[in-house]
Amino acid sequence: MHNSTVSNVHASSQSGKSRTRVAVAMSGGVDSSVAAALLIQQGYDVIGMMLRLWSETGRQEENRCCTPDSMAQARRVAGKLGIPFYVIDAQDAFYRSVVHAFMNGYRQGVTPNPCLVCNRRIRWTFLLNHALALGAEKMATGHYARLICDEHGVYRLYRARDTAKDQSYVLHVLNQDQLAHALFPLGEYTKQEVRQLAASLGLSVAERPDSQDLCFLGGDDYRNFLIRNAPDIAAPGPIQTRAGEVIGEHRGLAFYTIGQRKGLGLIAPRPYYVLSKDLQRNVLIVGGSDELGQRELTATDANWITGEPPAAPFRAQIKIRYKSQLEWGWVTPLPEASFHIRFDNLLRDITAGQAAVIYQNDLCLGGGIIQP
Amino acid sequence: MNEKNVYLDYAATTPVDPRVLEVMLPYFSDRFGNPSSVHRFGQQAEAALEEARELVARGLNCLPREVIFTSCGSESDNLALRGAAFAARRERNADHILISPVEHHAVSRTAQQLARLHGFEVEYLPVDEFGQTRPEDVEARIRSTTAVVSVMYANNEIGTINPIAEIGSICRARGIPFHTDAVQAAAYLPVDVQSLHVDLLALGGHKFYAPKGVGALYIRQGTPILPMLTGGSQEFGLRSGTHNIPYIVGFAQAFHLAQVERQQRTEHVKPLRDAMIGRVLEETPEARLTGSRDQRLPNHASFVFHGVDGNALLAMLDAAGFACSSGSACKTGDPEPSEVLTALGLPREWALGSLRVTLGNRTTAEEVEAFLQTLPTLVQRARQLSM
Repeated sequence: MHNSTVSNVHASSQSGKSRTRVAVAMSGGVDSSVAAALLIQQGYDVIGMMLRLWSETGRQEENRCCTPDSMAQARRVAGKLGIPFYVIDAQDAFYRSVVHAFMNGYRQGVTPNPCLVCNRRIRWTFLLNHALALGAEKMATGHYARLICDEHGVYRLYRARDTAKDQSYVLHVLNQDQLAHALFPLGEYTKQEVRQLAASLGLSVAERPDSQDLCFLGGDDYRNFLIRNAPDIAAPGPIQTRAGEVIGEHRGLAFYTIGQRKGLGLIAPRPYYVLSKDLQRNVLIVGGSDELGQRELTATDANWITGEPPAAPFRAQIKIRYKSQLEWGWVTPLPEASFHIRFDNLLRDITAGQAAVIYQNDLCLGGGIIQP
Repeated sequence: MNEKNVYLDYAATTPVDPRVLEVMLPYFSDRFGNPSSVHRFGQQAEAALEEARELVARGLNCLPREVIFTSCGSESDNLALRGAAFAARRERNADHILISPVEHHAVSRTAQQLARLHGFEVEYLPVDEFGQTRPEDVEARIRSTTAVVSVMYANNEIGTINPIAEIGSICRARGIPFHTDAVQAAAYLPVDVQSLHVDLLALGGHKFYAPKGVGALYIRQGTPILPMLTGGSQEFGLRSGTHNIPYIVGFAQAFHLAQVERQQRTEHVKPLRDAMIGRVLEETPEARLTGSRDQRLPNHASFVFHGVDGNALLAMLDAAGFACSSGSACKTGDPEPSEVLTALGLPREWALGSLRVTLGNRTTAEEVEAFLQTLPTLVQRARQLSM
């Protein structure tokens, strides 16, 4: 397989009788391009799709997910693979769900993760519906994650074999119905292998540097975006210590994250860190590094991959950010789709608005949104 | 692409007619000369060029030297508008450009650039709900300082045919150059420039089974015009650049075939098209025809569906094996309603759901039937997605 060429891909795609149609969410990048090529090799009837997402007026060229350039790349790859390719407009839906949630999150004093909303509402609802309308039975993405249907017909999400590239964190929001339609062809490959596959398939795809930037920020700082689009968020207020001593002024709570040290604008004999935000009084609470850190969190909007919350407290490993380490702790399921975690270690960067995603070895059990 | 795919987008482009391809082939490698050369290689090419010009002139009912070969319909429109506008300004200080609001972008964006960069004033004629321009509106708006009037012969998006002869008479009486973009019309309508009373008329070959990359502009003798492409003074000094002989030969042959086979081609597509319009309107809820019902190109059907994303519908149609088009011809998924549909006064929630279905020589009754069987379901499905 590693020595295949594109013409082989065409040959194998013609075999097989009533082939299952799969829509691949293509970005023009190496991952989704190789995902599409692998599915063709596996005999699927593949169609390429891309979403036109929302950008600020005049900044469309910078959107990470759907610039004219990435569209042209995806079109070129689709042409080379001999598959049709369609761009679907999702600007309204994206703005209403993802961008709104982003701005409202900051209004409520948390650090939202819009990629989670996008995966649940846009990619795996809006795009999936369009894919099904095009006659597809499955939808695939270039995400690094593994999906296995167990003997009871329950879909289970696992970390990718390449744990450094694993993206199960952003996929933990999916339910059984969505997962039943999902394919993640790259889950068993390392990034290095995917690059080699791309080369052997003749898919010379320009690689963008990995980035955690949000697509609609287009490389800009989120603070500038908020000032332009939600100016009400920039409400200055006092910076206080836990003891209540006012030691400075902040520019708006949204512009600071828990654990932040730089950019506080304080003239002080020792470094101060952001400890918490008092949204009611519009106060930024700071303190020394010894005051930083929490051992517990509560999360809501929980999604359990199997659809069933676990019955009793259990030991697990937890990721509190997309790129953070797995941390051991006790997870206690609570009513109303929430749960509590007590970590073995003190953690410095538990951030409200991000997801806590729960694992047992490579199995992703689900997760929820960390509450203030 | 599999063989089951049905092509219903002949207004976008047509396949090259094998009879056209055949006459082109010798001019690539055998008779490859440059018609500007003195020697016999050049003479051979020049003979082919002038033969082609003669053939096109016959179809247009004009003199051969009134036919200028260009690279495409858009270039023809550009030369007509820019060339006539700059000449009119130089000769009689005229700076007013009068165009319909539903012109092809090759005309409208050219006029807009002339306004933005060169100080011309662009005025838009009103149109009725079918996108048609009324001669009396031209009469009312034409000025002695009008540099050029441009009204398209038949609209590409909605198929509506304009009363070109009447508009032409008005312009002729006032001595104002009149241009018509006949790129879409020429595949089916007569293009007798004498009875149309036009001074300038643009053609694009690939709409009538010639290859892409060749067009022509009729320029009535005596019409003031300046070249926009300068160089070796080919095409009577109005369009420099080495002649693309195989394409010009193909263009002429295809244009000739369109003239002699006009009736037969019309009789092939029109009944299929009429059945299509009737059944789509009957069988699809909340569907409307756009453009005129009777004053329209015989191969052209265009609709809007309420509450449908036209691009999503096109994707579904293609996935189901039917190649059609929408009003906005947008591949980037940015759903701005087309300027043409907006000019007709269609509300946004209708204008976004546009579909253009255009038939051609190869279209069969079975293909149309299969399309009609599929469309209502897909419109319903697209509608559900938009909710």
